[in-house]
Amino acid sequence: MSRRAAAAATLTLPVSDRDHVQGPADALVTLVEYGDYECPHCGRAYPIVRAVQRRMGPRLRFVFRNFPLRESHPHAQHAAEAAEAAGAQGKFWEMHDRLFERQFALEDTDLVEYARELGLDAARLRRELAERRYEPRVREDFRSGVTSGVNGTPTFFINGARHDAAWDAEPLLAALQQSARRA
Amino acid sequence: MSGPLRAGTPAPDFMLHTAPDKTVSLRDLRGHPVILAFYPADWSPVCGDQMALYNEVLPEFQRHDAELMGISVDGAWCHLAFARDRRLRFPLLADFEPKGAVARRYGVYRARDGFTERALFVIDRDGIIRWSYVSPTDVNPGADGILRALEGLAAAPSPA
Repeated sequence: MSRRAAAAATLTLPVSDRDHVQGPADALVTLVEYGDYECPHCGRAYPIVRAVQRRMGPRLRFVFRNFPLRESHPHAQHAAEAAEAAGAQGKFWEMHDRLFERQFALEDTDLVEYARELGLDAARLRRELAERRYEPRVREDFRSGVTSGVNGTPTFFINGARHDAAWDAEPLLAALQQSARRA
Repeated sequence: MSGPLRAGTPAPDFMLHTAPDKTVSLRDLRGHPVILAFYPADWSPVCGDQMALYNEVLPEFQRHDAELMGISVDGAWCHLAFARDRRLRFPLLADFEPKGAVARRYGVYRARDGFTERALFVIDRDGIIRWSYVSPTDVNPGADGILRALEGLAAAPSPA
């Protein structure tokens, strides 16, 4: 049946200990975002995700994966690698938040400055960016997004199923609550 | 009109402009898997998203040795401006004169609208269509279906 729609988009790479996770492992609902630190829509989604996290509390586990649109956003790839480099020093989420809050300043010098402000080993982060240490990791995230049906950013998955409806706070929260009730 | 050509059908050959001074024929690409991405028009926002995504995913397609070509009824000069603006790194074919002739042969021309469906074809190394898909005009079909089809080609060489 060549004309049938491709199977409903689902997450091809399950959430595991490779991922950056906020919230309990046994949460009723897992929300996965594929995002790009330089994407304005992801910037708009960032406080929305924070708000639904507060509303859902321990019922929600949140995972962020990188989907840098490098052709449109020249700083997105390095920003993603900087977040991973911060993660290697135990501060992925601090850097993730900082990058979304300072979307307008994502030059390499800014990334190193943020590392310093967060109390990280900034020289190490600079070196790891130069070595492209986390490029394969970001690439793996990107690939998993493409095969999962990510076709723009941000794209969300709720318990493994792509969330195609609006992701403003109210509809996103409603979808999460519905999944929690079904769980 | 009986819908898009199905898997198993030989892909109709064509020769179209990819630039004002350059043409390509499907036959020239024998030996490579080919992805034909029909889209309604340059510049409309959804198309831009789809083509922008494919621009990003190009390395994944290339891992399968596949050639990607966008195709619409826009003329070569329009394609040139669009491709430059979006920094596209793959060719756009102009199905411009006679308008939509190639789309008609693939069963994806919308005569009433004067443009093509948003349709994807994956063609194997021997020129046989192995997968086709028509997306609602306003929905970005993404790249996952294409990648699955390319993986299918790699897993099961086409029958002789």
